[in-house]
Amino acid sequence: MEDGRLLEWTALALGKKIQAHEVSVTEAVEQTLERISAVEDTVHAYVTVDGERAMKRAEQVQKQIDDGTLRGPLAGVPMAVKDNLCTKDLLTTCSSRILENFVPTYSAQAVENLEAAGAIILGKTNMDEFAMGSTTETSYFGPTRNPWNPEYVPGGSSGGSCAAVAAKECFFALGSDTGGSIRQPSSFCGVTGIKPTYGTVSRYGLIAYGSSLDQIGPIARDVSDCAAVLEILASYDKKDSTSMMRADTDFTSALVDDVRGMKIGIPRDYFGEGLDEQVREAVMDAAEVLREKGAVVEEFDLSLVEYAIPAYYTIASAEASSNLSRFDGVKYGYRAKDYDGLHQMYKRSRSEGFGAEVKRRIMLGSFVLSSGYYDAYYLKALRTKALIKQAFDRAFEKYDVILGPAAPTTAPKLGESLADPLKMYLGDIYTISANLAGIPGMTVPCGLDDKGLPIGVQLLGNCFQEKTIIRAAYSYECSRAKLAMPGNVQQAMTGNAQQAMTRNAQQALNGDGQLTSNRDGKAVESR
Amino acid sequence: MANVISDETMEYVGILAKLELSEEEKRQAKKDMERMLDYIDKLNELDTSGVEPMSHAFPVQNVFREDIVTNQDESADMLKNAPAQRDGSFVVPRTVE
Repeated sequence: MEDGRLLEWTALALGKKIQAHEVSVTEAVEQTLERISAVEDTVHAYVTVDGERAMKRAEQVQKQIDDGTLRGPLAGVPMAVKDNLCTKDLLTTCSSRILENFVPTYSAQAVENLEAAGAIILGKTNMDEFAMGSTTETSYFGPTRNPWNPEYVPGGSSGGSCAAVAAKECFFALGSDTGGSIRQPSSFCGVTGIKPTYGTVSRYGLIAYGSSLDQIGPIARDVSDCAAVLEILASYDKKDSTSMMRADTDFTSALVDDVRGMKIGIPRDYFGEGLDEQVREAVMDAAEVLREKGAVVEEFDLSLVEYAIPAYYTIASAEASSNLSRFDGVKYGYRAKDYDGLHQMYKRSRSEGFGAEVKRRIMLGSFVLSSGYYDAYYLKALRTKALIKQAFDRAFEKYDVILGPAAPTTAPKLGESLADPLKMYLGDIYTISANLAGIPGMTVPCGLDDKGLPIGVQLLGNCFQEKTIIRAAYSYECSRAKLAMPGNVQQAMTGNAQQAMTRNAQQALNGDGQLTSNRDGKAVESR
Repeated sequence: MANVISDETMEYVGILAKLELSEEEKRQAKKDMERMLDYIDKLNELDTSGVEPMSHAFPVQNVFREDIVTNQDESADMLKNAPAQRDGSFVVPRTVE
């Protein structure tokens, strides 16, 4: 096999070659590990890479493929797991000092499902500490860099997972999404990611941030890979009391190139102040592609959009302050060295173990839950959540899909976001409401800006309607050049960053010409 | 209206949050929280009278099951992550004199 070519394939393409015995699992794992060593110094997508474990698993999985017991489409495919998902006997840090030495004794259900399907875990990906952040810069282990241009952030909080997929350091990855943590970094890194309907993927073994909002989902190179991974992830689990029993998780059956008659709504509220002009254009062009294919596209007013962020940060911080009270230096994780008595041990361990953003949210959460403020803040936010859900219910009476940007801009530069937390929170405006309403959403790449950074289009569906958004996303993907991955990260890393990236951007844009021609598309019909 | 949080309230929240902040951290936390609360106050523009607080997006009920042990004894493994352990127990500072 020609070196490096294997890395260009999608997860499903690789899985097929493995089943056909054209490639061995060991070969796939080896080449991906080589890729990791080549680019990781610059990208830093992983907190932990365990090559030995992966190679051992590769042998076992190969045997099961050879004797016919493993026939799944992802058997033998190398993947990565966000570091807030427990992996048995494999370090799980949540990118926090407080868990820097935590080795779980069990695996998350989502991880178990994938391992049972034969996927090979290469390691654990970097993230914002406890998934709190939008840039992967709040990680205790240092930031991840955007493979398209290492001067920029990959987004967050699943920035490591998205960067690893974009830099071909794995074939797909798991992320978690509490307020956009799969969809926003997918947009920034030019990859595809799905946040499923709340309750679709078991949260057992996911280190909780905001339990009523958290949902695990796939991040991959294209829509088909995402659908295939989600099909394996989705399962009813008694160990998660919010797990849903669903009979319609055959998501790959929705990979159909047909949107005729599909009703797509574009919320005017998502195209107002603060939205970058190039992002607006690229997203509108994507809507135009679907309209040309027979979808009915119209604009509408979703309403309440500006209330989603204050409601979200109240609810998420409240739940976080409760969830993170388990980290006290007693049973696992970091314990302070100097303390006087039990209470000071708790306080010092937590104060030294948590980073600034985590402490900020724990403080806010403790405040809004405290007596005297509970009604005014926490209950008010829960009432707002009910109104936001109603707004989506009304929208989905008219539309099958809501289409808009995933983020107001492309990726910001490293070091630009953390100084002003509130400004960073405002970047979550288009993704946050899906978590409040429990609905599924996905991001698909739809272009590059003039800096060569990826832009993503977000598709939202009604509860349990993943198949509708997958069909729309797949149809869109069929009609335009797939966004090339950031071609030569390695070359870019060795100094000539700007030049190599720009060339790569050119290539991606020209592709087979479709992406550029789409940019001349007509304005979206408005009724 | 700008929110002003008293030092006593910050002290109280610190106790609830089980965090020990330095003077500088306290000053910053107070500033951050006042700013966030000013922003969250935007919710007061909404009339939510008669709206039930929604803690869960779907009408789900609590799930009950019998309390039956299904896993093996993993106590030895669990203790491996303990910052301090002795005789099959977690070691903590003395709490009762």
